[in-house]
Amino acid sequence: MADMKIGAYVCQGCGLGERLDTKALTLVAQKEGKAHVVREHEFLCNSQGVAMIQKDIDEGVNRVVIGACSRRAKAEAFNFENVAVSRVNLREQVIWSQPAAEEARELTQEMAADYMRMGCAEAKKIVAPTPNPEHGTNKRILVVGGGVTGMTAALEAARAGYEVLLVEKAGTLGGYMAKLHKRIPYREPFADPQATGVEAMAAAVTQDPRITVFLNSTTTRTSGAPGRFSVDITAESGGTKTENVGAIVMASGFTPYDATKLPEFGYGKSQNVVDQAGLEALARAAAARGEPMRRPSDGKEIKSVVFVQCAGQRDATGTHLKYCSGHCCNTSMKQAMYFKEQNPDIDTAIIYTDLRTPGNGEDFYRSAQRKGVIFTKGKVAQVEVGGNGSATVHFHDLILDDKAATMSGVDLVVLATGQVPNSGVNIDIPPDAQDIDGVKAGEHAVSVLNLTYRQGPDIPQLKYGFTDSHFICFPYETRRTGIYAAGPVRRPMDIAQAVEDATGAALKAIQAVENAGLGRAAHPRSGDLSFPTFRREGCTQCKRCTVECPFGAIDEDEQRYPQFNEGRCRRCGTCMGACPVRVISFENYSVDSVGSQIKAIDVPDEFSEKPRILLLACENDAYPALDMAGVSGHTSSAFIRPVPVRCLGSVNMIWITDALNSGYDGVMLMGCRHGDEYQCHFVKGSELANYRMSKIDDTLKNLNLEKDRVRLLEVAIAAIARVPELINDYAAKIQEIGMSPFKGF
Amino acid sequence: MGDINTAMAEQYRNNFLKEVEANVEEGQWVKMCMQCGVCSGSCPLGPAWEHPPQEIFMMIRAGRREEVLKSESMWMCTSCYNCIVRCPRELPITHIMHGLANYAHRLGLAPKMNPTRRFAKMFWNNLTKSGRVNEIELSVGLYFMDGFKTGIARAWAMKDIGLGMLKTRRLNPFGFVSHKGCKDKKGIHRMLKKAREIEDRRKGFAA
Repeated sequence: MADMKIGAYVCQGCGLGERLDTKALTLVAQKEGKAHVVREHEFLCNSQGVAMIQKDIDEGVNRVVIGACSRRAKAEAFNFENVAVSRVNLREQVIWSQPAAEEARELTQEMAADYMRMGCAEAKKIVAPTPNPEHGTNKRILVVGGGVTGMTAALEAARAGYEVLLVEKAGTLGGYMAKLHKRIPYREPFADPQATGVEAMAAAVTQDPRITVFLNSTTTRTSGAPGRFSVDITAESGGTKTENVGAIVMASGFTPYDATKLPEFGYGKSQNVVDQAGLEALARAAAARGEPMRRPSDGKEIKSVVFVQCAGQRDATGTHLKYCSGHCCNTSMKQAMYFKEQNPDIDTAIIYTDLRTPGNGEDFYRSAQRKGVIFTKGKVAQVEVGGNGSATVHFHDLILDDKAATMSGVDLVVLATGQVPNSGVNIDIPPDAQDIDGVKAGEHAVSVLNLTYRQGPDIPQLKYGFTDSHFICFPYETRRTGIYAAGPVRRPMDIAQAVEDATGAALKAIQAVENAGLGRAAHPRSGDLSFPTFRREGCTQCKRCTVECPFGAIDEDEQRYPQFNEGRCRRCGTCMGACPVRVISFENYSVDSVGSQIKAIDVPDEFSEKPRILLLACENDAYPALDMAGVSGHTSSAFIRPVPVRCLGSVNMIWITDALNSGYDGVMLMGCRHGDEYQCHFVKGSELANYRMSKIDDTLKNLNLEKDRVRLLEVAIAAIARVPELINDYAAKIQEIGMSPFKGF
Repeated sequence: MGDINTAMAEQYRNNFLKEVEANVEEGQWVKMCMQCGVCSGSCPLGPAWEHPPQEIFMMIRAGRREEVLKSESMWMCTSCYNCIVRCPRELPITHIMHGLANYAHRLGLAPKMNPTRRFAKMFWNNLTKSGRVNEIELSVGLYFMDGFKTGIARAWAMKDIGLGMLKTRRLNPFGFVSHKGCKDKKGIHRMLKKAREIEDRRKGFAA
C-alpha cells in the first residue's frame, strides 16, 4: 500500500455545529487519529463540501473520515472512488440520541470525540475493495423443473433477454398442472374454474428461441459458483451434456401426499375413494370422452360427493403432514364445481376444519356457496364403503358438536391430501437417521441438483422438508448463492402463487448473474465488492469456517486449506467470526478494523463514574433501529460506543475479550432473531453468534468478571423505542455492578 | 296443517336446505353462512338460545328438519339487528329467524306454548279484528294469558306504567266497550285474505 494519508472532515450542518465543538473534534482527529488533513464544513454533503473532500483526494488523501450523519444517509454524496471511507455517526447516534440541555454538553462532546477516534482507527485499517478476480461471466440461467413454476421462470428470464436451459425429468412439459382438468380461477370474478392454459404455455416455452428444453433429463452434477456453474445434464437414455450457466432456478415442485397412508378413509379399499389428483384424472378422462363423470367402481351415475379436507394434513399426532398445504380448500371447491357443472342436483359437501382460501379465494368460496356446495365444519374420522359401492362418512360436526355425525349414500369421496416438496436430499440428516416431522429421512433421497459442494448435494431444508427460503425477507433466496428456489418446493402453494414465485426467482437469478459478472456480491450485500481472504501461513486447517459458512461457500482444496468460492460468498463475515486464529479478513472489514476501533476510544479511570459500554450492532436491523431511535428523538445513555457489524455471526470473540481487557465495563451485542422464525439476513449468523456466546461465561470467569458484563439481545429493525430502553437498562445494570476492574492497564 | 308438513317433507325428500330456500323468508341466504359465529356472539340473548343462529344454519344444512322447526330458539329473537349489522357475509339473520319461526308456525310444528308465538298470535288477531290495535284488550289478554292469579300479579307489577299511559291518554280505559277500529274493516280483511292467498300460492301451500 502506498503511503496512508487520512483526511478527516467534520460537518456543522443539521445542528452539529451548535451542539458540538467541531473544532475540538478535528483536533482529536489530528492528534489522536493521526489525520493528515482535517477540516470543518458548515454543510458537508452539499456540492461544495463534497468538492472540498474530492480536492483533497486528488491531492493524495486516500482514507476519508466523515464526521457527519449515519452511514445510512447521504451514501451517494459521500461516494468517492478508490478511497476507503469511514463514516462517523455524529448526527443520529450522538446529538440526536442525547438531550440538548446544556448540562449534557460535556458527555455529548466526549461521545463525539470517541466516535471520531473510532472512525480514524477504522480508516487506518481498511482499503477500498477491488472486485473479485475469480468471477464468472456466464449469464445463462438453468431452470430445473418444467412445471408451471419452471416454465414461468424460463419464459420470464427469456423475455428479459437471457438464455435459458430448462431441464425436465418427464417426457413432456407441464408437470402437475398438465394433470389438472381446470385450475382455480385467477381472474375476475373468481367464480368458476378456468382452463389451465398449459398447452399454450408449453408451446411458448418450446418455441422460444432463447429457451433450450431438455426432456427426460436430470441434473447429475452441479459445481461452481454464480456466473460459472458447470452442470451435467443427463438424459434418461444415458447421454450426458455439460453446460455452463450463471444461475439456477430450482422448481422441482411437489408430490401429492401418499393417500395409501390413510386407510381409515377407505383409500385403496374402494375405487370410490380418490385423492384430489385422482379426481382430476377422472374429470380429464370424462371430459375427453365428452361424458359426465361416473362412479369408478361400477360406472353408476354420481349423485353425492363428499370432500374430506385436511386428509393427512395439519396432523397434530405427527403421523402425517403437520402443515396446511394452502391450495386444497380452493381445489376442493373447484372440484365440487366440476360436479355442479355436470348437474346442479349432485349433492356436494366439503367437510373442513378451517376453510382457508388464500388469494381471491373468498370470492371463489362465495361462488361455491351460491352454486349450492354445502360446507360442513367437521373432522372426518372414518369413511366406510359398503358392498354396493356407496360410502358413509363418519365425522365430528364441530359446530353442533356431534361426534357421531354421518353422511351416507355417498358415491364418491375425495381426499384433500397435501403437498410434499421434491427437495432432494436433506443434507442435515445423516443417512442412517430416523424420521423427522413425518417425513421419512430417506424418502425423498434422490438428489435434485447433485451439487459437488462439501456441504452436501442439495440445498438445505427448512421445517417439514421444504427447501431453504428466507421466508420473512427474501423468499427466493436459498443458502446456496445463485440458486433460487421457487414454487411448491419452497412452501405449499397453488398455481397463481407459483407463477408469482417463478417470476420473482427469475428476477433474482438475473440479478445474480449480473452481479457475478461484475465480481460483486449477491443479495443481501448486493453490489459489495469485498470478499474474504485468508492468511495461509496462519491457518490451522480447523475447518470451522468451512463448516459454519451459512452459504456453503467454502470448500477445501487438495491441501485441506479453505477454498473460498467468492462468487458464492454473501460477505456476512461469519467465517471471520468463526476463525480462532483470526486469519480471515475482508479489505474493508476485518478483525483488526473493528478491533482497533474498540481500542481507540478513551476509557476514563475507575473513579470518573463514566462507564464505557461497547455495542456491537448488526448493521441490518439493530444499527438502523439505533439510527431511527435518534431520528424519533429517543435519548439513551451517553456511555455506549456502537460499532456496526455485518452480522453478529462475524463477531470474533477476541473483540469481546479485548474490550473487557481494555477497561470497557460492558459489552452489548444486538442481532436478529434466530431459530425457526429467524430474521437474520444471513440465516444462520445470529444463531451461530448465540451459540458462540453461550460459551462466553467461561471467558468471563477466567477474567474474574461478572456474567452481566456481556449481554446478547435480539433486536428487530422496528424496535425503535425498545433499543434506547435496552441500552438504558443495561447502563443501569452496569452502574449497579460497578466499574470494571480492568481500567488503566 | 299436519298435511302440509308431510307434503313439504315429502317434496324436498332429505334436502331441508332446499325446502328452507323455497319456503322461508330470505331462506336462500342460509347456504351463504360461513360459520364464523359472529351472529351468535353478538346476540344479546345468545346465552338464552338453545341453538344460536350459527347452529341453526348448520342444522339446516345437516338436514335436521324437525329439530330446527320445533325449536324455541328462533322465537327468542328480539329483532335488535346486531347480527345483521355484524355478519361479514351480510346475511339478513333477523329476517331469516322470523322467517323460520313463521314457517314452523305455518307447518304446525312451532312449540305450542311458546310465549312469543302466543303473543304474536294474540297481537295478530287483535290487530286484524278491527284494523287497529286495542291496547287495553291486548295488554289484559297478555297479562292474563296464563290464568287469573298470574294475571293480577303481572298487571300489578305494570300498574305505574299503565296509570302513566292513562294519564297521557295513550290507553283508552274503555277500550273493551268503545274501541275505534279503522274505517273500512271489511276492506282490510279482504286485503289480508288476498295477501294470504298470493303467499300460499307462491310457497306451494295452496290447499
